[in-house]
Amino acid sequence: MNQRRFFVPTAMVLGFVFLYAPIVSLIVFSFNKSKLVTVWAGFSTQWYGALLQNDQILQAAWVSLRIATLNATAAVVLGTIAGFVIARFRRFRGRTLFTGMVMAPLVMPEVITGLSLLLLFVAMEAALGWPAGRGFLTITIAHITFSMAYVAVIIQSRLSDMDESIEEAALDLGARPAKIFFQITLPIIAPALVAGWLLSFTLSLDDLVIASFVSGPGSSTLPMVIFSKVRLGVSPEINALATILVAVVAIGTIISGIFLARQRRARERDMQMAKADIAD
Amino acid sequence: MAESSNAPAVFQPWRDPNETPYVSIERVTKKFGEFVAVYELSLEIYRKELFCLLGASGCGKSTLLRMLAGFEQPSSGRILIDGVDMAGIPPYERPVNMMFQSYALFPHMNVAQNVAFGLKQEKLPASAVRKRAGEMLELVKLGAFAKRKPHQLSGGQRQRVALARSLVKKPKLLLLDEPLAALDKKLREHTQFELMNIQEQVGVTFVVVTHDQQEAMTLSTRIGVMDEGELIQIGTPTDIYEFPQSRYVADFIGSVNIFAGKMIVDEPDHVVIHSEEAGMDIFVNHGVSAGPDADVWAAIRPEKMHISREDPAREQNCVRGIVDEVAYMGDFSTYLVKLESGKIVRITQPNLLRGNPDRILWDEQVYLHWDASSPVVVTK
Repeated sequence: MNQRRFFVPTAMVLGFVFLYAPIVSLIVFSFNKSKLVTVWAGFSTQWYGALLQNDQILQAAWVSLRIATLNATAAVVLGTIAGFVIARFRRFRGRTLFTGMVMAPLVMPEVITGLSLLLLFVAMEAALGWPAGRGFLTITIAHITFSMAYVAVIIQSRLSDMDESIEEAALDLGARPAKIFFQITLPIIAPALVAGWLLSFTLSLDDLVIASFVSGPGSSTLPMVIFSKVRLGVSPEINALATILVAVVAIGTIISGIFLARQRRARERDMQMAKADIAD
Repeated sequence: MAESSNAPAVFQPWRDPNETPYVSIERVTKKFGEFVAVYELSLEIYRKELFCLLGASGCGKSTLLRMLAGFEQPSSGRILIDGVDMAGIPPYERPVNMMFQSYALFPHMNVAQNVAFGLKQEKLPASAVRKRAGEMLELVKLGAFAKRKPHQLSGGQRQRVALARSLVKKPKLLLLDEPLAALDKKLREHTQFELMNIQEQVGVTFVVVTHDQQEAMTLSTRIGVMDEGELIQIGTPTDIYEFPQSRYVADFIGSVNIFAGKMIVDEPDHVVIHSEEAGMDIFVNHGVSAGPDADVWAAIRPEKMHISREDPAREQNCVRGIVDEVAYMGDFSTYLVKLESGKIVRITQPNLLRGNPDRILWDEQVYLHWDASSPVVVTK
């Protein structure tokens, strides 16, 4: 008993140190005065200032943000359609194949996804002349292909939890299917849509491998710039940039977590209501 | 509605040859793959009826209801509502509304918006929508709750919102899927009467699906008992209870003692059934349409049997047994009596005296007897 009381917290502390010590040291050293990353020379925010002067980084950040936003929006639209089809259209030819294909990008190695997309874009350019060259557009398309799968999973799981008779009731009251989708289904699953958007946004902001395959000149994303800079040695500037990225991703994750929790609470409430309803 | 001079005083349109049925279900079959949910089912329901489809779960009653609503299409046969063939008409164009077992209220809309939803689909002016929705909320006594969301209501209030929402479009036919199953016992009894009152006020034809025989008995003008996709008996609650046509119906509605036997005397005005199970001959003072020597079953309701310590000295319909179990239920007591043949028989007796010191207890020898009119003889 005593041993356990000692062991569990220790294991937990060690685990957290292992996971978060690198990030904490990165954040701490981003406020270092010295140019040497490993030597502490006093507090300073000069590297954040330097960051704002660095056009290359600012441009890459702007590219990344635009790609992430566009990607998240498109992925939510397509992923919602895919998730809706999987959850609501129970019987159609090729349903299993469709479901498998939608979910496949989740388990596909990034290198394979990146390489195959690169080959596709090259072939398409040769055959159709579109997309012309590689860059902003191809990265966005590539990100949508895998973000969509995540959104589809989130939406599908939310829809299969939702009481289908709610949609039937709307149908019964005279609303047409398309109207029901927009007036009943979408508002009910809205928290899942927001969570899916934020998840897609962070996935896109994080991605290095796929973007490296399908990017072209002048369209380097932020992770690509960081990666290429680090190969020339770690500078405190990169620490500052990474700190900002950690903050952005953390905020995104927390907000999406709040929405998912709210959705879970709503679902629990639904279930409780249903249980109270079924309970004799 | 103009009543003809020779109209029966009691509401029994199905007995009136001049009445045309309002809903006609003609030899409808519904298959899901290999599984037959409803088989060759025909049924006629009349205007202003409160018709209950009663059956155990999986008997096809909900499938039949969903076909009326338009969520499922019959595999064969047809459904007419007010003379119009419903084939190919989607749910949103049918003059039918449904109240769902889970109530299916829209969680993101408040009570007033829920009730008004159906009217908004008809593109009525906003003021008319508001007025009509308000009326419906008053009808179900929820006027004060218009701004609440469904999760802020109790089960009984949600049930009433669902009812108001399904009645707001003045449907020709209202389908209710287990409307009271979600409520606790006290509330359910109260709501049964409320539902009947509302049905009378709005004059809409109701079709109710339920597995609760007591609910069906209280509510309906007629009951259709379903088993394995077929209607096995249609009749008023009294018909179904007192004159079941099969062992299944007798056993499903209320409790019953069933004695298997052989017909040994078959006269137009009486029959005698020799039952090994009862260890006696059962005398029945009405004719039965079955040949001599036929295998038959005599069904006797527990409340139609009498129990006594003394031998009532009757020639017929009397049998001896030992009390096996006594259950005191307050208003009445249930006895399980073991006959000499080993068969256990159930008898209920009203508790007319308070704290009766002379009541029959465990292991006493008793005599059971019943009127010659009490047994119902069924042949299947």
